[in-house]
Amino acid sequence: MIPPDYEYLRKVLKDLSGLDLSADKQYLIESRLLPLARKTGLANIGELVQKMRGGSPSLINQVVEAMTTNETFFFRDKVPFDHFRETIMPEILRTRAGRKSIRIWCAAGSTGQEPYSIAMCLKEMGVALAGWRVDILATDLSQEVLEKSKSGIYSQFEVQRGLPIQLLVKYFKQMGELWQINADVRAMVQHRQLNLLHDFSHLGAFDVIFCRNVLIYFDQQTKINIFGRLAKAIEPDGFLVLGAAETVVGLTEAFKPFSDRRGLYRPSSTQNAPGRVWATGTAAPKLAAIAGM
Amino acid sequence: MKTCLVVDDSSVVRKIARRILEAMDFEIIEAEDGEKALEACKRGLPDAVLLDWNMPIMDGYEFLGNLRRMPGGERPKVVFCTTENGIDHIARALEAGANEYIMKPFDKDIVAAKFQEVGLIQLPSPASI
Repeated sequence: MIPPDYEYLRKVLKDLSGLDLSADKQYLIESRLLPLARKTGLANIGELVQKMRGGSPSLINQVVEAMTTNETFFFRDKVPFDHFRETIMPEILRTRAGRKSIRIWCAAGSTGQEPYSIAMCLKEMGVALAGWRVDILATDLSQEVLEKSKSGIYSQFEVQRGLPIQLLVKYFKQMGELWQINADVRAMVQHRQLNLLHDFSHLGAFDVIFCRNVLIYFDQQTKINIFGRLAKAIEPDGFLVLGAAETVVGLTEAFKPFSDRRGLYRPSSTQNAPGRVWATGTAAPKLAAIAGM
Repeated sequence: MKTCLVVDDSSVVRKIARRILEAMDFEIIEAEDGEKALEACKRGLPDAVLLDWNMPIMDGYEFLGNLRRMPGGERPKVVFCTTENGIDHIARALEAGANEYIMKPFDKDIVAAKFQEVGLIQLPSPASI
């Protein structure tokens, strides 16, 4: 790949998706875009760039999708879902007991494994959430991955990465060698295409925002900008969940980390500042106890 | 070092499983059918069993029932690893006391994910994606 082509792709990706590729990521471009070039009948990256320069919005869109779509799996990294069950939901059940509703946003919902993992966590809570209104919004830049997410259909390999077998049996239907998540779980998740670079204030306010493994691709200024807007999209006593390699530290004062819960943050304005809530020795009540299970 | 009993009538599968599990720091014991696996368990219970379903002398399902009835036989974590990929088989295995279930074909990531799921190993937190 010649340098001008690489620079062109870097600029397009930065402008359209915020993806901030350093100067040495040619291998990533080639591994992601060569299959797309071949699929489109083009011999190499050079021809692909030529066609993009010639003006082909659908091809440019496919390039952005190919570069920003990442592998994911059910209950990825496990710890965020432990936080969700053991820290977030017990408090939500207490503080939202009056209105009995919860809004959750998966800001990089990808092919659905994260929003459906959350939905299954909530299903497992059973009676504790009886009568509650639960909204899970999954957004992603890529329409293609959202379509897969909506279908809820996964390969045998995909359902074996992180999904406990008991949950597979309980919440999936077998379709030959594929597995589809049950309709009642699918119905808990709404899908919407969204570019995090653009305004998302119209989505309203959320109690919990999962924004994992996406900010890592953005440059500092874009991260700061997105954190600022996330802070406006979250309830003052809500929770923000970031990926294991992501942090707010040094970027924004709008969120404070929990000292003992990696990847979990809440707005700085909350009355229940993380340090105070858990440092007093009053451990969060276990969900099972609340649910009477 | 934790021990894992690999039970499969295919020497190729046992070899692949051994390679994957040794890389995860398990000491491996091999058995080619349920009967030999049960004899191995009588000599000493392993921490984990990676268990095929269809085997010529005693199948995995029958072995699991016998294991769970042994003194201390509730302790080993049993992970089925089989081409019996139907949901009915999976449900039967869970009712019989299996802890996890791998549908063949499998790879090292799936084995690692399942072994983590039942608490046999701790995967490191990802530093980056």
